[in-house]
Amino acid sequence: MAEISIKDIRKSYGRTQILHGVDLNFKSGEFVVILGPSGCGKSTLLRMIAGLEEISSGEISIDGTVVNDLEPRDRGCSMVFQNYALYPHMSVAANIGYALKVAGVPRAERDRRIAETARIVGLEELLDRKPAQLSGGQRQRVAMGRAIIREPKVFLFDEPLSNLDAKLRVQMRVEIRRLHKRLSATSVFVTHDQVEAMTLADKLIVMNKGHVEQVGTPLEIYHRPRTRFVGSFIGSPAMNFFDSTVAPEGNFVLFDGIRVAIDPALGRDNAGKPVAAGIRPEHCRLVSAGTANSVPAIVDFVEELGSGRIVHVEIDGQNFAVAMDEGQLFEAGSSVGLQLPAEHIQLFSLETGLRLDDDVPALKRTIKTTVAA
Amino acid sequence: MIERTPILNAVTYFIMFLGLLLILGPFWMIFAASTQSLAQVNTVPFNFMPGADFLHNLQAAWQRANLGPALFNSFVTSVLVMTGKIVVAALSAFAIVYFRSPLRHVFFWMVFLTLMLPLEVRVIPTYNIAADVFAPVRWLIQTLTGIELSLQWNLLNSYSGLVLPLIATATGTFLYRQFYMTLPDELAEAAKMDGARPWRFFIDILLPLSRTNMLALATIMFVYAWNQYLWPKLMTTEAEYRTAMVAMRTLVPSVNSLPEWNISMAGALIIMLPPLIVVAVLQRWFVRGLVSTEK
Repeated sequence: MAEISIKDIRKSYGRTQILHGVDLNFKSGEFVVILGPSGCGKSTLLRMIAGLEEISSGEISIDGTVVNDLEPRDRGCSMVFQNYALYPHMSVAANIGYALKVAGVPRAERDRRIAETARIVGLEELLDRKPAQLSGGQRQRVAMGRAIIREPKVFLFDEPLSNLDAKLRVQMRVEIRRLHKRLSATSVFVTHDQVEAMTLADKLIVMNKGHVEQVGTPLEIYHRPRTRFVGSFIGSPAMNFFDSTVAPEGNFVLFDGIRVAIDPALGRDNAGKPVAAGIRPEHCRLVSAGTANSVPAIVDFVEELGSGRIVHVEIDGQNFAVAMDEGQLFEAGSSVGLQLPAEHIQLFSLETGLRLDDDVPALKRTIKTTVAA
Repeated sequence: MIERTPILNAVTYFIMFLGLLLILGPFWMIFAASTQSLAQVNTVPFNFMPGADFLHNLQAAWQRANLGPALFNSFVTSVLVMTGKIVVAALSAFAIVYFRSPLRHVFFWMVFLTLMLPLEVRVIPTYNIAADVFAPVRWLIQTLTGIELSLQWNLLNSYSGLVLPLIATATGTFLYRQFYMTLPDELAEAAKMDGARPWRFFIDILLPLSRTNMLALATIMFVYAWNQYLWPKLMTTEAEYRTAMVAMRTLVPSVNSLPEWNISMAGALIIMLPPLIVVAVLQRWFVRGLVSTEK
């Protein structure tokens, strides 16, 4: 159990700066997920917490102690690596117990703790095997066992599920969550998979190009992305955007020459501003062509998901994804109308990409209704 | 690739057979000669059929060259050189691969350059140093401080003298470096997270993983050390430290002596045996260690 505080952390390799001043605070026992596209600096940040990467400037403290100059072994963290990094010549038991062996824990005590850890991660039967004789999921478990046995204050996960197949990934995700519930150590989990991020996180951190874009609960981040990048990164398919200008009256934006109504409270403050308007695919509606208040669109193609479908439409050369339930059928090439409900349209500054209504109560109401639904 | 080319196959087999003959032919000559009597071995043309004097020749060679102590010396120096080379190679490659020092590439290339300076090229300076190990140190201290020391260490006629100058190894360092570089970085990081210091990581993780690599190196280096002639010849003036290769020299007939090639060949056969055994035992790992890595 430990708090982690990260103050103005920067990292550069020679001239190239990887992290541009990151400030974060993780509460004790929290499950923190750092999400971002590859190359955004998320792994570097994790490795700096672990002590595997030098800190160019700034300060990291764990439980109030500044750890900048501490060796990894003195930081009380343990880490699960993407490729597991098991010791190939050691048995499962030896792999799990290696940290204790290094620490000089007596044999009997060590064996007892190996057995206990093996029970937690479900490897009791396989203790004598070598890593090469294990399946991907089992190797993953050994890596977790190796992390658990030291009873660390902090767990660090560096994309631990990305080498597993889709089904196993879902299963291990559940197991990691369960394990966290049981051990309740502060956990930091780095991933580029937004489903993993959404399902695991107590606190979700979205990073891009060495900056923290947003910190919040998964639902906050999904429903109120702070920047255009977050909106376009989270959600599958991503949020739809179109560039426009808020009408002087503040109650609509133009999209392909059609007036699309927006929340007047939001529009009033930003009248006349150039904006990027965003809306989630599940909030768009398709109606028959020519319906009032709809933007004419051509159906490009349809993705069937079984539980629903995603219809990709084209408006003036721009693609829009619309998520729909089963039932309605649309054929590729047909003309339709696209309706964008005002209460779901979010506005971002065209220059900075920042959300325009960082604290307008009207939008918060929207979140609640969506969550309830 | 599957192809049906009977003629090409026949040609390939013929070439392989020719190669085999070229390799085995001289061996057979040594063996045949070592079994013949003095008269038989000197007939022209050479008779390739074995004679009946094999045991007699072996015995004569053993006694004349005093092969017992010589083989023992060879064995001790070869094992020491082999072990020393492996230890030095494993450690220097460890330093080059796992420690971020700004000069590590310089050091690596310096080691690598010594591949171009085999013992034969640097034999005179090496001999000078071996005769007086502390000479450079004394010189350095004298030029720096003006103090003249009387440090002396002479390596001539000793096992350390036979072994130490042969231990530095660019080949081994290079082989080990290549091996370490195939290991994922996360292995070192995982060990770090588990609390292992570099030395612990080296002993617990790197050494066991490099087993095949080590055995491959052992094979090459044993044979290399066993076959040394020039250095032991220069180095040892006393019969006590004579190695088998040097002792072999006494079996080669000189201008005014009897042309007893049968006895030389019998001696050669005996001296050839230990490296052959080592290669035969270790060849499985030898091939594996050079070709692939176990992971």
